[in-house]
Amino acid sequence: MADIQDIIQDQVSKHPITLYMKGNPRAPQCGFSARAVQLLQQAGVKELFTVDVLADPQIRDGIKKFSNWPTIPQLYINGEFVGGSDIMTDLFQQGELQKLVSKVQG
Amino acid sequence: MNKEAIENAVRSALQPQELEIRDRSEAHAGHAGATSDGGHYELRIVSDKFTGLSPLARHRLVYAAVDGIGESIHAFALQTLTPEEAQARAQKRPQRRTISLHS
Repeated sequence: MADIQDIIQDQVSKHPITLYMKGNPRAPQCGFSARAVQLLQQAGVKELFTVDVLADPQIRDGIKKFSNWPTIPQLYINGEFVGGSDIMTDLFQQGELQKLVSKVQG
Repeated sequence: MNKEAIENAVRSALQPQELEIRDRSEAHAGHAGATSDGGHYELRIVSDKFTGLSPLARHRLVYAAVDGIGESIHAFALQTLTPEEAQARAQKRPQRRTISLHS
């Protein structure tokens, strides 16, 4: 079986915008994850790859080690860890999230 | 993890000028993972230690401070401000009330 860190590295590298969250965009299972999805939509994200950490305990545990960040949701843009929902909120209010998104969407 | 342990950890690591911790666990009770993962807390921290740091680095400082004091953290809603930023916000939004726990 592939190492969980490799799987995560693969996920964030293959997709320009990846969100690790609880639930899925249509049915978020946590208010913070719901907010993260909403912010990304407002920032103009067209294609969002999400991973439901509740569906996979190994990912749920592994993602916290991957980023050395203890909470979910976690946003990755172009393989780089951006932050959780508070940082996303700050970035959105400064207009920076929109810039990051439009950069990778070309 | 309880509120007091968080408060002590944050105080000793960051020597905040202002620290506000709200336990919001009840508001989130019942959703998937809420029970297994510990509490939800809202923190507002004003500290000199944040000066010159990105939001990511600020949050990492807070997480590092509370690491290992108890159970895993389910969720922290974090506001991490330098004293200057806190002052600027207070002037912009005078209606916002903040409770200072600084003795």
